[in-house]
Amino acid sequence: MNFQPGKDALKRSFDIVGKRTPRPDGLDKVTGKARFGADMTAPGMLWGLILRSPHAHAKIKKIDTSRAAAVNGVHAIVTAKDFGPCPDDVLDIRENVMAREKALYDGHAVAAVAATSRAAAKQALKLIEVDYQVLPHVTDVDEAMKASAPVINSKLFTKGLDKTPKKASNIAERFEFGHGDVEKGFKEADLVVEHTFKTEATHQGYIEPHACLASMGADGRGDIWCCTQGHFMVRNVCAGLLGMDASALRVTASEIGGGFGGKTTVFIEPVALALSLKANRPVKIVMSRSEVLRASGPTSSTSIDVKIGMKKDGTITAGDATLRYQGGAFPGSAVPYGAMAAFACYDLKNVRAIGYDVITNRPKQAAYRAPGAPMAAYAVESVVDELCKKLTLDPLDVRLKNCSTDGSKASYGPKFDVIGLKATLEAAKAHPHYKAKLGKNQGRGVACGFWFNFGGETSVSLTVNSDGTVGLSVGTPDIGGSRASIGNMAAEELGIPHDKVRCIIADTASLGYNDVTDGSRVTFASGLAAINAARDAIGKLCARAAGIWDIPVEAVTWEHGAARPSSPNAGKHKPMTLAEIAAQAGATGGPVAGHCEINAEGAGVSFATHMVDTEIDPDTGHVKILRYTVFQDAGKAIHPSYVEGQFQGGAVQGIGWALNEEYIYGKDGKLQNAGFLDYRIPVASDLPMIDAVIVEVPNPGHPYGVRGVGETSIVPPLAAISNSVSSAAGVRMTQLPMSPPSVLKALGRI
Amino acid sequence: MFQIHVSTSINGDDTEFSCEADETLLDVLRDRLGLTGSKEGCGTGDCGACSVIVDGRLVCSCLMLGAEAEGREIETIEGMAEGQKLHPLQQKFLDHAALQCGICTPGLLIAAKSLLERNDNPTEEEVRYWIAGNLCRCTGYDKIVRAIMDTAKDMRKQAKPTKAAARKKVKA
Repeated sequence: MNFQPGKDALKRSFDIVGKRTPRPDGLDKVTGKARFGADMTAPGMLWGLILRSPHAHAKIKKIDTSRAAAVNGVHAIVTAKDFGPCPDDVLDIRENVMAREKALYDGHAVAAVAATSRAAAKQALKLIEVDYQVLPHVTDVDEAMKASAPVINSKLFTKGLDKTPKKASNIAERFEFGHGDVEKGFKEADLVVEHTFKTEATHQGYIEPHACLASMGADGRGDIWCCTQGHFMVRNVCAGLLGMDASALRVTASEIGGGFGGKTTVFIEPVALALSLKANRPVKIVMSRSEVLRASGPTSSTSIDVKIGMKKDGTITAGDATLRYQGGAFPGSAVPYGAMAAFACYDLKNVRAIGYDVITNRPKQAAYRAPGAPMAAYAVESVVDELCKKLTLDPLDVRLKNCSTDGSKASYGPKFDVIGLKATLEAAKAHPHYKAKLGKNQGRGVACGFWFNFGGETSVSLTVNSDGTVGLSVGTPDIGGSRASIGNMAAEELGIPHDKVRCIIADTASLGYNDVTDGSRVTFASGLAAINAARDAIGKLCARAAGIWDIPVEAVTWEHGAARPSSPNAGKHKPMTLAEIAAQAGATGGPVAGHCEINAEGAGVSFATHMVDTEIDPDTGHVKILRYTVFQDAGKAIHPSYVEGQFQGGAVQGIGWALNEEYIYGKDGKLQNAGFLDYRIPVASDLPMIDAVIVEVPNPGHPYGVRGVGETSIVPPLAAISNSVSSAAGVRMTQLPMSPPSVLKALGRI
Repeated sequence: MFQIHVSTSINGDDTEFSCEADETLLDVLRDRLGLTGSKEGCGTGDCGACSVIVDGRLVCSCLMLGAEAEGREIETIEGMAEGQKLHPLQQKFLDHAALQCGICTPGLLIAAKSLLERNDNPTEEEVRYWIAGNLCRCTGYDKIVRAIMDTAKDMRKQAKPTKAAARKKVKA
């Protein structure tokens, strides 16, 4: 009963899909009943706290925990010694959750305590004596790449070069993507523009700090309750770090208070588990906001060169970029994604993007919504904007002329299938926003953005209850309304009302492995799996009806929520609804359930065009967002309200990144703004309404045409806003954030 | 350690608890009274996820000591609905899909309630400035602002008899 890729996409009408149905978890969330990471307790529970390095880079000579252990109420203390050998793929995570020989950044965990009260744990933390030998540090990406920079990891030899260097450096790897001959392309151009851009690190900024409750028994079996984007990942990583069997650890995902990529790894879960193992009691750890900012994943800060050539008629002849991303103290920044996404919006004959993955004395970066792509798009779309200005060409026309379309060879290799970039550009051009008048000190900017989207390993189980209702278990934490979308797809397929399906996030013991909620994959992949599981159940329901009617199963079809004889030859039988068949399930072979276990492919790439008007105050340098419109291809919007929500949320995170948010490091390598007062994310009074225009170019890889929508929305804003501010200021902005001092500097006022 | 005994009222229920002198009202609500609807997003009064109403004033419960609750009347998200009947703001947040992850929702609902108790006809700008102390990272605030404005509109309609209804009344 699996769907035929490309054949049934959107050639049908829907009863439930596309409707703004009430959200199943809504009531709990407006009444305070919903239980998030920090909301769980257990009998005998201890409070865990983590001691963190005050130094950006330091050798840990000795840790003395004896005085801390003597504090009344303290039941366990752990350091790196409590984490033994582990598989290679989690080695960096082991180092990151608990520093071993060196503390690699301000905020790096060095020890942890579990005590009967937070006060006792706090007191004990103060009594842990760590003997540090402070080492030279580096936090800036360009500085870290210099030959004179302090080498953070003496075993790091740059990968991806023709010859592996003999000398260790902070450059972990070099990547290169592209095709054609860029030098030849630049020669064909009438104008070549080249700029260097810098962006500062930003944090995902989820309002819920990381929180978990871990409980280990003397029998070696354990449970974790935590806020995560992937509880199967938490299980596998924690089991690997503590030498446990995967089956010995059951992880339950709590409601999650935002993640945006930042909760796709572990920080405190293995620490709580190690403390619980030692104390033989449940341990709860909740990060403070300062810990979240100092020690959980921000984005990379970057330094990017972009050179683009254009003919007078707007044809782009070549694009070349060099991207340098620091990913904190460990290799693995998102620079390959940045390099692949940089020119993805353009169908170019000559294109090249080179990426350098660099380590610094900063927290290990974690994914943040379309990881790596917003900075790359910022640099490329700024240069395209500059070329349009200098050649007096319309920026949307130039993009329409050069944009990737169906069958274009992507700058990173593959050929695009059916894509919606052109449709978003056309929607932008036709929108009244594009014709609206601008006043003094105001400017308009446009930019496009791309994200790959992902499918991945997915396991779903669907049970038909005897009263005709349906339980749907999925393994991908619901980060923004996906239970509603997935439940509605199952209801659509089964032909029953949406409120007859209850969709839950099942724990790791109840389903096969599920990849984390990332890559904008959930509505696509868990939705696809739910549709397939429903089709599996429908096959079984049809077989039951066939048995009751005593006709072959091939003579039964499923339409509008009921089994029906497929032709008059099959005999005259009154259609049996799902509820009628379910009521007889016990007598006809037992319960009916459907399953789907897949590694979903065909996610379908996603594109967006953003348009923004800004006004700058020449006296203060403050930038005000006047109007903002998002045009994005959703393939098929299953629940339009939550699709709009993704568009709006991504745009506003981009506004924060462009205007306010930045990691500020002192000369001592310490983070100076580890709180929401000084790390300022957008508040309601900073913003106008965000218009969300849903464009639907169905994805042939999904039975309903779905494309992931979560990430693309953060890709264009940095560039769109910078283009708008550059236009208002009359100078090209080349650095983020465009905070008041940097705008005044660009205007020559300071 | 010496604890302070506190008598207070929470969502109309007389409540007694003991707490440490340096314990915040938020920790008391969450860890001693099991009222986990108020959330800690920052602990420094910057995010508003812990918003409660104390004697009619909007307060960050992470910035108030538990001991200061003595003799006060405290309203939390758990007391916003009347039995099964949601407060109009709660219903409008659902109708407008004004939440994604939902962690900021309790604080925003409490803040919005506090606004509408003072001003039943706020402008969009007034709504935006009133909730500027409540951070939401998911929604971009668009649907939240719409939900609050829409609630105010409905509440005005219900509070004031319509012209037709008023005329009817006069006739009667």
